[in-house]
Amino acid sequence: MHIGIDVGGTNTDAVLMDGRTTLAGVKNSTSSDVTSGIVAAIEALRERHSFEGSDISAVMIGTTHFINALVEARRLAPTAAVRLGLPATAALPPLVDWPDTLLEAIHAKSYLAHGGYEFDGRPISPLDPEELRGIATDMAANGIRSVAVSSVFSPVNHDLEVQAAQILAEVLGDSVAISLSHEIGRIGILERENATIINAALRELAGEIVDGLTAAVRAQGITAPIFLSQNDGTLMDEDYVRQYPVATFASGPTNSMRGAAQTSGLATCAVIDVGGTTADIGLLINGFPRETANEVKVAGIRTNFRMPDVLSLGIGGGSIVDPETAEVGPESVGYRLSTEALVFGGSTLTATDIAVAAGRANVGDASKVAHLDPQLVQRVLDRIAERVSEAVDRMRTSPEPLPVVAVGGGSILLPDELRLFGAVHRPENYAVANAIGASIAQVGGEIDKVYAVEPGRREETIADVRAEAVNKAIAAGAAPESVSIVDFDEVPIPYLPGNATRIRVKAVGDLDMNTGARA
Amino acid sequence: MSWTLNAERVEDIARGAALLGTGGGGDPYIGALLARQALAEHGGITVVSLDEVPDDAVVLTVAMMGAPTVMVEKLPSLKEVMAPVRAVGEYLGRPVTHVACAEVGGVNSTIPIAAAAALGLPLIDADGMGRAFPELQMVLPTLYGVTASPLALADEKGNVSVLNTVDNTWTERIARVACVEMGCSVMISGFPMDGATAKAALVPDSLSHCSNIGSAILAAREEKRDPVEAIVELVRGRELFGGKVVDVQRGTTAGFARGRARIETGSGTDAKALELNFQNEHLVAKTETEVLVTAPDLIMVVDHDSGEPITTEALRYGQRVRVLAAPSDPRWHEPAALAMVGPRYFGYEMPSHRWDGSTDAEPAAVAS
Repeated sequence: MHIGIDVGGTNTDAVLMDGRTTLAGVKNSTSSDVTSGIVAAIEALRERHSFEGSDISAVMIGTTHFINALVEARRLAPTAAVRLGLPATAALPPLVDWPDTLLEAIHAKSYLAHGGYEFDGRPISPLDPEELRGIATDMAANGIRSVAVSSVFSPVNHDLEVQAAQILAEVLGDSVAISLSHEIGRIGILERENATIINAALRELAGEIVDGLTAAVRAQGITAPIFLSQNDGTLMDEDYVRQYPVATFASGPTNSMRGAAQTSGLATCAVIDVGGTTADIGLLINGFPRETANEVKVAGIRTNFRMPDVLSLGIGGGSIVDPETAEVGPESVGYRLSTEALVFGGSTLTATDIAVAAGRANVGDASKVAHLDPQLVQRVLDRIAERVSEAVDRMRTSPEPLPVVAVGGGSILLPDELRLFGAVHRPENYAVANAIGASIAQVGGEIDKVYAVEPGRREETIADVRAEAVNKAIAAGAAPESVSIVDFDEVPIPYLPGNATRIRVKAVGDLDMNTGARA
Repeated sequence: MSWTLNAERVEDIARGAALLGTGGGGDPYIGALLARQALAEHGGITVVSLDEVPDDAVVLTVAMMGAPTVMVEKLPSLKEVMAPVRAVGEYLGRPVTHVACAEVGGVNSTIPIAAAAALGLPLIDADGMGRAFPELQMVLPTLYGVTASPLALADEKGNVSVLNTVDNTWTERIARVACVEMGCSVMISGFPMDGATAKAALVPDSLSHCSNIGSAILAAREEKRDPVEAIVELVRGRELFGGKVVDVQRGTTAGFARGRARIETGSGTDAKALELNFQNEHLVAKTETEVLVTAPDLIMVVDHDSGEPITTEALRYGQRVRVLAAPSDPRWHEPAALAMVGPRYFGYEMPSHRWDGSTDAEPAAVAS
């Protein structure tokens, strides 16, 4: 058996799983501290389905703690950024486009040093150890407790980042954490560097959170390894989270989508998560969310995290309905649904009232919507179906038939058949889909680099890169026979001769529960 | 009339230039950030209209040469932006008085802003193309006999080379090799012109035009109007097609990203499709039965709702887009110009089709 827990902003969901079967699922309010919510969730599971601590082989947790800490600019460590690249890049130093509130919150210091590589791996300039020692001394004098190191073209060659980290650590000592950009992001130095600085700022908090989670789980007599969900739906172990907290940022929507897919038994599908205010539409391909291709802004900072590509429509259970036009949203009564909707004795016509009037839902007092014109009710439902259908069509990546899965409390607004897509799947345990998503035990490895592909050696180069990704997944704890390539992208770089090509490969396999993750 | 360009205006110019760049020039973010930083550090710059430039002015174009994908990793320094302008000035033995954009599109619309700010020189409200093209010699001044050389290249390491070549195609060939050796992202400055030549050879008011387009897109969005209609009106063009990107194929040929994108709309008997052929920039728009528009006229792809320009590198399956066509500077339709930037130069065996669907007459010997 294993346990999946999703700590969201409002609710903490938990499930007890046996393989892919859900034995029990519970929903609690999220607590302000890390531990008590986890304790309450595990105890509630135990009440539903008794188990011994030793029965549990793994605990998987998805959390929004880290992204919330950044958005709220609190509990961030004093952080410095060093970039190796001089004499290049001087016009746009690290932290160049950051919001002032965050610069203050992390007591930011920015440094430029010599080093870095050209696109083809030639050095720009050698590392200057004296320069780096001087920078480290200045950091120490400024009370810096966490450092981000980036280097030009470190995705092509990361040697200088590693060497620079050693020199800095000699001066700063072990108590200062160092995050390296090549381990965190992709090509695009500002975005990769930003992600690395965010990671650095979160590392103290990561230690506290992991300690708290571990203590809560251990107090329940569970000695099994603990994993956290990453943005891409794969898992990382405790030590990895301490080093790379930033990798948890988009795990919320990812777990919701993967849980929806798992409960419906579909690996490739569109997921429509209808809440109170929005309908969030994402695409799952081979069990993993399709990710955005473009830069993503997090808390006003431009990054190139791999985030699930989610399209949000202003349609939810609390959306306000215009009786004249039959248009729905984007305004919503939100959490006031239980007092403002007609069926709850309020005076606002909401989408939930329409669903009740149409007999699709049985909440509140149906007699309070009996007066609604059946034609209006039908027009509103048709309009919702039309907009959702168009949005799903917009998200899909091929004209192949695509099953659609609906989850979330507001999914009663959706019809049983959607134009272009056919039947809408409604899985049973959708209320705890997030926790089920967290409990899916897979680990992965990703490679994203620029290669000079020699003529006639394309196949060979690609095979090497694929093998490298597979090995990375196995190193992260995947059972070797289960590893497969789930994502492959090859983009020739324009204006460059010599067939310079950016190759991106992601391999994923099932977590080997016997050995655990070693990431 | 001259005006002051400050950091707030950069966003609008970059967005407008991304549109007129017809898919090329790369992500304008770095270029815009560079310009904003330079303006914040050195203060706003003076932009002068073409007719204000004195006849004896010494004008140079400034641009980035190389791969935008390299530039997002190896960011430039301001020194490397200033160095080639100074080098050509020294070579000529006369101080440079004005800088101008070689093209509008991507980073090359904003790098001259950074150069003007760092050098303290006025920037001319004009450019060499009125759009973007992939090769160095593809500017209107070439048609006026202006030579690209002396042309200087500078890298971040301090290397500067000044080329003196027999013609502009040779400048392109030598500069391209040097550029790769220098790390594939260099700053160049050349096409020295006096003010009188600049007035004749450049496309007037391009920066204002870009700025107007950029602000019109934002204004339309804020007022809940259709930004694409606002664009069509400003570029005096037409909307060719709207639909969903269903296929994108890319490959690299001789250092340039060549590719094809297919956009579809409707289904069954109503189904319609448009094919775009691009080499960094969009060069041909055609249906299954006819060619609609080709270079040198402008083919632009924008997001269906927001009107945000989409570069050829960012084209992805599933995007909802609208394809627009607009006239280029009329001088691009002269026979000598078409030989340099017409569809046949890029390997498409067809006459040039203008934005409105009419074709340019070709010498009989070339037609097939």
